[in-house]
Amino acid sequence: MARDADFVARFHLAYTYKRSTGPVIGRFLTSLREGRLEGVRTASGEVLVPARAYDPRDGRATTDAWVDVGPEGTITTWTWIDAPAAGAPLDAPFAWALVRLDGADTPMLHAVRGPRAAIATGARVRAVFADHREGGIRDLSCFEVIP
Amino acid sequence: MRPVHIAGIGQIPNVRGDTDHDEVQLVQAVASAALAEAGLHKDDIGFFCSGSSDYVMGRPFSFTMAIDGVGLWPPKRESHVEMDGAWALYEAWVRLQHGDVDTALVYAYGKGHGAPVDGMLTAQLDPYYEAPLGPSPMALAALQARALIDAGRLTERDLAEVVAHARRLGATHPGVPAIDGPLDVDALLDAPYVATPLRAHDEAVRTDGATAIVLSVGGGGPRIGGIAHCIEPIELGLRDLTAATSVRRAAAWAGLEQAGSIDVAELHATYSPQAVLLRQVLGLADAVVDPSGGALVADTPFVTGLSRIAEAARAVQGGAVRALAHASGGPCLQHNLICLLEAR
Repeated sequence: MARDADFVARFHLAYTYKRSTGPVIGRFLTSLREGRLEGVRTASGEVLVPARAYDPRDGRATTDAWVDVGPEGTITTWTWIDAPAAGAPLDAPFAWALVRLDGADTPMLHAVRGPRAAIATGARVRAVFADHREGGIRDLSCFEVIP
Repeated sequence: MRPVHIAGIGQIPNVRGDTDHDEVQLVQAVASAALAEAGLHKDDIGFFCSGSSDYVMGRPFSFTMAIDGVGLWPPKRESHVEMDGAWALYEAWVRLQHGDVDTALVYAYGKGHGAPVDGMLTAQLDPYYEAPLGPSPMALAALQARALIDAGRLTERDLAEVVAHARRLGATHPGVPAIDGPLDVDALLDAPYVATPLRAHDEAVRTDGATAIVLSVGGGGPRIGGIAHCIEPIELGLRDLTAATSVRRAAAWAGLEQAGSIDVAELHATYSPQAVLLRQVLGLADAVVDPSGGALVADTPFVTGLSRIAEAARAVQGGAVRALAHASGGPCLQHNLICLLEAR
């Protein structure tokens, strides 16, 4: 903790560059902007969501076969956050979860809107897209539990 | 393989907020102690390797400044990893296998108390799909905890028990800051959740500190019987969070199965569910686990793993026949190193 006598130099660290998304992640994010969810088939035949240019588990390039997935899916694990941090996907208490979209073989990390009592492993959820979308993972604003 | 021994150890207490020493002073203190224990002068050392983080220090190439702590002159064979110091020790062990140098000084330093370590760790996640969402390290640890609960592998009481165990042992260890909070399992279970099923005490206490180890080929001290590391994808969705696959592989590659029974184990678990999972997959039922209190009660970022090796080596110096040290990096035990230490 800073005491009055301390000399304090404020320093703001920022990454002030654009990052290229490439053809595979770029396509996934472009589809998100259009309100669609897509996965890519790996060399071993699984549907990877979110899509990547390679499968980190075996290092092999993914194929050019794209598969529509979701917009519904299933929670595979979750945690409830009563006090969301500034900048979290949702202002109100929410869950982080891994959600496996229908048609996908791998779950993805995202936020799930409450109520808390509805959040459970195996619960069915549906994608909620942001009104304003710009080609990033937050174009998917969260998931909501299907009543 | 050339036999590599731990010839000297230098440690200072982990503290909550060290405003009296800069990083150079931390390194100087532990390096001097390790060299003195080994009976060596810094000019005798053939290779230097350190582990630290520019993000913790807040400036690029920060390790080139901290090397003042071991002296810049004469010019040194030197390397650095932007990882826990346990991986600097691994690099030094590999370097000693080359055969042209026989001694190495490994050190790690960090100031985790008050540093924005959570933000740093979140920034290390996948830059397209995970980091922009901003999950805290505790939220990710909680996803693993839930997966383990769903699989019937742990209960919330198990989590409270490993925290109580860490606090009881840490309370009497000179390297651990004063324990702040209850030692009793029921009292721990009464605390509110931060990220269900985890409570604030399920996260390690972040501290400032440093550790140094002198390695020598031959000579005295605990012998490194096996050392190996293994990494999994950073994306949680591409891993079985209940399997600890890379822990098992690192242990197998280090020769754990052939090694015989482990007397003492020191584990780098910065969240309580990791401590439970590590005990399960490493089969430590008969071992004294975390006699130092472990990472949960004193977690100095980029030092904690090297400190586990130092503590395991101390256990061998104190009479244990065989000790295991574990180091980890990344979310939910993504990257793991196992170092087996044996009495000579």
